[in-house]
Amino acid sequence: MDIHEYQAKEILRGYGVKIAEGGMAYSPEEAVQRARDIGGHIWAVKAQIHSGARGKAGGIKICKTHDEVEVAAEALLGKRLITHQTGPSGKVCGRLYVEAGTDIVKELYFCFLVDRSSERIVMVGSAQGGMEIEELAENNPGAITKIYIEPAVGLQDYQAREMAFAMGLAPELLSHAVKTIRGCYRALRELDVSMLEINPLVVTRSGELIALDAKMSFDDNALFRQQKISELRDKTQEDPREMAAADRGLSYVGLDGDIGCMINGAGLAMATMDMIKLAGGEPANFLDVGGGASAERTEKAFRLVLADKGVKAMLVNIFAGINRCDWIAEGVVEAVRKIDMKIPLIVRLSGTNVAEGQRIIAESGLPIITAETLAEAAEKAVQARNEAVAKEAAQEV
Amino acid sequence: MAILIDETTRIIVQGFTGKIGSFHAQDMINYGSKVVGGITPGKGGQTHLGLPVFNTVKEAVREVGAEASIIFVPPAFAADSIMEAADAGIKYCVGITDGIPTQDMMTVKNFLRRFPANQRMILTGPNCAGTISPGRSMLGIMPGHIYSQGNVGIVGRSGTLGYEAADQMKRLNIGISTSVGIGGDPINGSSHRDILEKFEADPETKVVLMIGEIGGPQEVEAGIFAKENMTKPVIAYIAGLTAPEGRRMGHAGAIISSAGESAAEKVAILKELGVTICSTPAAMGATVAAVLANLK
Repeated sequence: MDIHEYQAKEILRGYGVKIAEGGMAYSPEEAVQRARDIGGHIWAVKAQIHSGARGKAGGIKICKTHDEVEVAAEALLGKRLITHQTGPSGKVCGRLYVEAGTDIVKELYFCFLVDRSSERIVMVGSAQGGMEIEELAENNPGAITKIYIEPAVGLQDYQAREMAFAMGLAPELLSHAVKTIRGCYRALRELDVSMLEINPLVVTRSGELIALDAKMSFDDNALFRQQKISELRDKTQEDPREMAAADRGLSYVGLDGDIGCMINGAGLAMATMDMIKLAGGEPANFLDVGGGASAERTEKAFRLVLADKGVKAMLVNIFAGINRCDWIAEGVVEAVRKIDMKIPLIVRLSGTNVAEGQRIIAESGLPIITAETLAEAAEKAVQARNEAVAKEAAQEV
Repeated sequence: MAILIDETTRIIVQGFTGKIGSFHAQDMINYGSKVVGGITPGKGGQTHLGLPVFNTVKEAVREVGAEASIIFVPPAFAADSIMEAADAGIKYCVGITDGIPTQDMMTVKNFLRRFPANQRMILTGPNCAGTISPGRSMLGIMPGHIYSQGNVGIVGRSGTLGYEAADQMKRLNIGISTSVGIGGDPINGSSHRDILEKFEADPETKVVLMIGEIGGPQEVEAGIFAKENMTKPVIAYIAGLTAPEGRRMGHAGAIISSAGESAAEKVAILKELGVTICSTPAAMGATVAAVLANLK
């Protein structure tokens, strides 16, 4: 789960990390009020969306008067910002963060993340902040320092000092840097953070170390014990279909194709989508219905897939292990009758009680296309999709 | 032979008396696995499914000689149960539980590394379907009947995609020595590489099918191991050709977050390393058959 910059900063402030003075705004009037409250002569008006690289997308505006703040806020609120992290559909900005302008001397990159390869927490830093770490890794990998944390003892002060020096900080800033780094580490451990990025971490003219941006992602598996973090979820930043699926205990990812999918198991789901692609089609979604696919769950899954109006055909591929094909078949037949499906449905069942399952589908009298194997299922789905598209085109003519 | 488990392996079930634990314990018993008891703290001394219940894993090791365990404990408590098993001297543990926090798994892995290598419990999973040595023992939640006995080793992240592979092989009369699920989590007990190493040492296994997916470095690490250390052919399928970058595809670990983690990139690297690639997921059985035919 991701949170907004202002939320991450609020959390980090509680862990002793310095941030510039700022406040939230939902309207241009509020934004101006925040600027007044903060005082000074320069402010940053920042779009709050779940993505990095907002600056490049025009999501951060530097303002020198209250009028400029108002204009900037009007321009940003409701705007769809597209970055390489949001994908082509972008994310709509519904909240702003107005922050006191900072007199920057130096921009650094700093991050903590859970590293899969070493199975440890790794601290990453660079004296060259501001740009994307991926860019830096490609252009100048030598400018990046990585320090791995031993899980049993946790982060040590010497490691924080090593990082501070690697980021090129002056000795006067050392104790402040150690405090900042330790604070970030504590937040990461206590709150089940999977990634915490401060880019840039800046040195100001007055000699302070400030987190100018902050990005935090949390381990979804740990949210059960992070009630306060769960409450920070901003559903407007997430795909509504994915949210609806998650609320129903289903795992769904919307894609750009037009063959809807319902499959049990994440691996088989990905493989079935691969098979659709190899057969010349494009999947409309990833959907794992999990192990206990009851009739009720099946119906919910069908509704979810069909809510995407671009879907031209639907493929169900279930390998019943704990499940039984006859239960799945009953669920599918019931769902199709209830929903009154208008598009072709291809069903492939395999595993426990497969003969019984196939019999139920055959005797239902419904126009369900069945398949024995994975390859056959994908081919039939692509064929049905092509026929449906051709028919639509013919009707339009 | 086979790897990790056989008909003599003495199994206990952690989370024994719960609904899910009971269901699968019965299924394993029906398959012929040597289940010798289970653990539910506070229910020690009772009998469940005709077998003794213990309060602690240590008691089960002492009283009934438990060697292997399977975890059905809920996510919040699963890491603790795995560490309890390791500390009690269990040799092999399968974690079925889905949804264990990543930092808990980090603690588990660190805990396991404290034991000297020859006393260190092997963990596979979590978030997996378990391990089966067909005809001998099943330590998992898979449908046992779809696996036939033979000399192909399978290692994979996904449960149902593993079933698909076993089913395709059964249709072609190809049997399996052992099938190991390593699970879909970003930090897991054993990697693809760890399991390849075991298959290489197993005289019964002739070839290995590795079923990987997007995300993480493990498939490529396994490919490097195969090239440098294995005499047996390795065949691979990598799922997730259509997966977009940065989106989690069901499994907590199935996410492309850095270079080299997409299916296409992994396939290209594995090919380079001499691994035989299944062109489609429907061709897993046929590809294994072709490689087996070449051996003779």
